Amino acid sequence: MATITVENLHFHYTPGVPVLRGITLSIQPGTVAIIGQNGAGKSTFVRLLNGLLKPVEGYVQVDGVDTRSVSVATMARSVGLVFQNPGDQLFKSRVLDEVMFGPLNLKWPEEKARERALAALRQVGLEGVEEKNPYDLGLAERKLVTVAGILAMDTPVVVLDEPTIAQDRDGVLRLGEVVTSLRQEGRTVITITHDMDFVARYFERVLVFQNGRVLLDGTAPEVFSRADILSAAGLEPPQIAQLSMALGMNPPALTVEEFVELMQQRT
Amino acid sequence: MTVIEVENLRYRYPQQAEPALDGVSFSVQQGEFIGIIGPNRSGKSTLCQALVGLVPHFYKGAIGGKVMVAGLDVHQHQVWEVCQRVGLVFQSPFTQMSGAKFTVYDEVAFGLENQGVARDEMVRRIERVLRLLGLWEYRDRNPFALSGGQMQRLAIASVLALEPEVLVLDEPTSQLDPAGTSEVFAAVSDLCRQGMTVVMAEHKVDRIAARADRVLVLHEGKSIAFGPPRQVFAREDLPALGVAIPPVTEVCRRLGWQLPDGTYPVTVAEAVQMGGAARGNHNS
Repeated sequence: MATITVENLHFHYTPGVPVLRGITLSIQPGTVAIIGQNGAGKSTFVRLLNGLLKPVEGYVQVDGVDTRSVSVATMARSVGLVFQNPGDQLFKSRVLDEVMFGPLNLKWPEEKARERALAALRQVGLEGVEEKNPYDLGLAERKLVTVAGILAMDTPVVVLDEPTIAQDRDGVLRLGEVVTSLRQEGRTVITITHDMDFVARYFERVLVFQNGRVLLDGTAPEVFSRADILSAAGLEPPQIAQLSMALGMNPPALTVEEFVELMQQRT
Repeated sequence: MTVIEVENLRYRYPQQAEPALDGVSFSVQQGEFIGIIGPNRSGKSTLCQALVGLVPHFYKGAIGGKVMVAGLDVHQHQVWEVCQRVGLVFQSPFTQMSGAKFTVYDEVAFGLENQGVARDEMVRRIERVLRLLGLWEYRDRNPFALSGGQMQRLAIASVLALEPEVLVLDEPTSQLDPAGTSEVFAAVSDLCRQGMTVVMAEHKVDRIAARADRVLVLHEGKSIAFGPPRQVFAREDLPALGVAIPPVTEVCRRLGWQLPDGTYPVTVAEAVQMGGAARGNHNS
């Protein structure tokens, strides 16, 4: 299991246009959601965690290994990253080949790679599409193929960039189960998302990014009770948190179940 | 005035056994904002594409029934003709980018050039939509150097510039943050007030509940409900069909916070009122 240490992290694509402006934090095994406006630096930040991008200043260490000192291929053994746009990730013409690509690159024997790939596809609810071309699937399923491709690599850290895009209710529930089971296995799950209900339900820690900095870092109830700061960051609490705060509950309930339970206790 | 009239629409993609749309009928008045909801593979994207004629003209396959949009029989007219009056924002902005233009500004110009819009008019419209979507400062960027959210705004801007009578959007806010989502919904509501007719497929049912005039629920290619948000979300059968309902509606249902007309609140504001009243009764 892994510890991620980020120290005074700065990054830009173009000199003079800073994207990350000094981030210091550490991440232990568990679930972390990163929320924030478009352009706040969320996707850039996670690309620095697996060494796809290298810091301009400061450093990122995963279990003491500096991302600048090793290749991306080496980092890929510890940090798996699911891209925001499936089109940036998928390139094989068969779903099974796509999901086996990572494990085979870890030099696993073909049989083990196949087993893990099939298990990962089952985990995201995609049995039966192994032989299809990923581009014959809908966007939601294509996104789940990319998630399976990373799950199949068994990395201690799993990073999901907007996993719930295009997912329906059942797809979101299934992704939530994936997050929960990774947490129970002692792994680190870092997720960028705009879906506040998804955050409220499945994530222990929430980081609010704004303009290349971390504006808030706390538990989900702590962060979602700060409606003033969230609003300044272009965000809003989940519907249930809004409802419970308007009715004077503090700390707010975050999910339907919590809210109903709290109301029933009152009466 | 009826702007969209869909009658018993049935459609099957090539080489597929099951129909994607199976007898869908509904009609829409000018200036209405219609939300389409339902689980994946229920036919939302297919229906969006059928309103501009990509289904069946581009995808081929077998089609039946009738689709009239903005005075055109879509099955009898080519896509370029329908596109003069009806705009479609694609589900994935990455797919919608022309790939032929190297700046945000030129990308918006692409559709206008194809329609032969006069240069002065193009300049005026491009600036207007780029400012409306908050992209003016990015006008010289390469479209593929934008973030997902910015690219989605560009996809919407490119279609708005065409000033269609009917605007069809397929999950147009999937990559947007909550503030950006609010802006898009507000902009779309404004356009409806100005007379544009809008059809939007969305998974964000809380937003649809708050903004849409009517909601169409699809399930396995069939239309199972069509009406004002409160009536639609009061239906008991939606959860079992995999159709999401707003979290506040679910809370109110479980607590029995029912409105006098038998429906349940669909917005936070409505639920707060009911919740305040429920507690008031309890205290007295």
